[in-house]
Amino acid sequence: MEERTRNSGDVASGLILAALGLYIVLQARHWDYLVPDGPGAGFFPLWYGIAMIVLSLAVLASGLRRRTAPAPAAHWSKPGRALSAWLAFAVSIALCKPLGLLASFALLTFFITGVLYRRPLRVAAVVAISSAAGLYLVFPLLLGMSLPVGFLGF
Amino acid sequence: MDILGGLVHGFAVAFEPLNLLWCFVGVLLGTLVGIMPGLGPPATIAMLLPLTFKMSPAGAIIMLAGIYYGAKYGGSTTSILLNMPGESASVVTCLDGYQMARKGRAGPALGIAAIASFVAGTFGVLGLMLVAPPLAKLALSFSSPEYFGLMALGLAMVVLLAGRSMLKALLAALVGLWIASVGTDLFSATSRFTFGEVELLSGIDFVVVAIGVFALGEVFGNMETHDGIRMQPMPKGLRNLLPTLQDLKDCRFAFVNGSVIGFLVGVLPGAGSTIASFLSYGVEKAVSRRREQFGTGVIEGVAAPEGANNSETGGALVPLLTLGIPGSGTTAILLAALVLWGFRPGPLFIPDNPGLFWGLVASMYIGNVMLLVLNLPLVPLFAQVLRTPSYVLYPLILGVSMIGVYSTSSSLFDLWLLAGFGLLGYLMRKLEYPAAPLILALALGNDFERALRQSLMMSEGSLSILVTRPISAVMLSLAALVLLIPVFGRVNAWRLQALEQE
Repeated sequence: MEERTRNSGDVASGLILAALGLYIVLQARHWDYLVPDGPGAGFFPLWYGIAMIVLSLAVLASGLRRRTAPAPAAHWSKPGRALSAWLAFAVSIALCKPLGLLASFALLTFFITGVLYRRPLRVAAVVAISSAAGLYLVFPLLLGMSLPVGFLGF
Repeated sequence: MDILGGLVHGFAVAFEPLNLLWCFVGVLLGTLVGIMPGLGPPATIAMLLPLTFKMSPAGAIIMLAGIYYGAKYGGSTTSILLNMPGESASVVTCLDGYQMARKGRAGPALGIAAIASFVAGTFGVLGLMLVAPPLAKLALSFSSPEYFGLMALGLAMVVLLAGRSMLKALLAALVGLWIASVGTDLFSATSRFTFGEVELLSGIDFVVVAIGVFALGEVFGNMETHDGIRMQPMPKGLRNLLPTLQDLKDCRFAFVNGSVIGFLVGVLPGAGSTIASFLSYGVEKAVSRRREQFGTGVIEGVAAPEGANNSETGGALVPLLTLGIPGSGTTAILLAALVLWGFRPGPLFIPDNPGLFWGLVASMYIGNVMLLVLNLPLVPLFAQVLRTPSYVLYPLILGVSMIGVYSTSSSLFDLWLLAGFGLLGYLMRKLEYPAAPLILALALGNDFERALRQSLMMSEGSLSILVTRPISAVMLSLAALVLLIPVFGRVNAWRLQALEQE
């Protein structure tokens, strides 16, 4: 299971990094390689871009070689939980502008506690409100930091 | 300034009431972070870094260093009580520490861990104090080619010991170099890899990447499961935490072994405290008269690795402060912190900032005493932190990370970058790409490129300058040798065996 996930991960990451390496090399070719003073802006990126392509192709090849061996189907429930948390985090950043940072953080906490950790909604609400209040006390109030404020005024 | 004069000056700085407070806050936070499985010192230091911008640099470095070495003390608690290391440096402590706890000797195990940490931690600071100033003087003769060689060797060592696959570690380092290149070129003012975004012209903030890859990556990784924690019974009362005289006698060699090995390994870039504790445990087992009992609850098996991982801290600060070359993810973040506060770690750091260097050294002596006092009687109280539910802890880490990043630039764009790097950190964990080479390459990236380009300017474009100057030639040869290690079967087998222990 883990082996299968790793092999497909190696193939995918090898492809992505090879593409990134290619992008770096193509971009670096637009910049000076050598100028009268010495190396230009494109010198260093060109070389690490080439190295990235070579190494990522090696990772890709090793992933493909191991993939030929049969392996049980990958299990995606664990990454699913982590990726849901990440998605909720990204949504809370999107909500920072309209709702303010503290309110969007409270919603994120409510989601994590209530949905991902399956606590009763009352517990989730208490955790969300008290965590946001704690952050408010420490950062804006005690340390005087200014945070994004939403239409609710906090 | 001589060593004694420097130390007197340092104690004057460290004993300022506010600096004492920051030292206490640092070691306390470090202990708590060390106890908490899944939240390491690099993540914590990265998260708290933005909050230090309003502090005095001396107070800030004293606090961050306190977190760094304090976590080493705390890490043993979970190893002994849960058989689950609070941080990677305490992995080896599980072997005998947990067995001692199962036999009802959790108290002496925790006690000897604190005492060994104190003895070896103090030795490490002594080593830092004695070795750093002369090394800095030597490094004054270094020029761009030598720095390029040193940084190449540092990166190669981290790549060697960061993960099972050196290919992946190298790729992580290259991605770090690429992120460091984003923004305006140092020499020609050409904008590179900015995707037309004005916000990227000044580059990507180190803090955003460090918090994303370390803190968020760890949190998302830990959120994959919500397994409960089963702790061994905690001894009550100070008397039950103190090791017996026989225990202390049994650990005499372990204290020396841990102190010396820890410091020497710390000075080497890339090796880190996990390797130090592993080596120290191996040496202790090899010379012990009861080596066959190791792994069944032998007290030296706790003292040696715990000592080594604390002594390593003093060693790791030597190349960071005297050469500006960090050897691990955590010291890379400390390097970035010093640069962000306006300092330039390197040969001139000690003569230019004696108050900061000697203040840090003196604070580490004080911090080690604080940690001993805190850890012996209060360890049962600290262990209660383990009862904090994940659904409270993880959202709080996410919230502090958001606020930390926002406070550095007041930019929502940086929060989006944080989300991106958080995902990258999680995927790297999942796909077994080590984070340390990325962070180290990011921290060194601009200096690495600058040193290379300046070297080539000095030689009018000829790469031969890198191999005709003796120091850079030796460093680059060693770096090449290190990267060729997978070719040598037996040495690579040792490397993989060492990494297995992590």
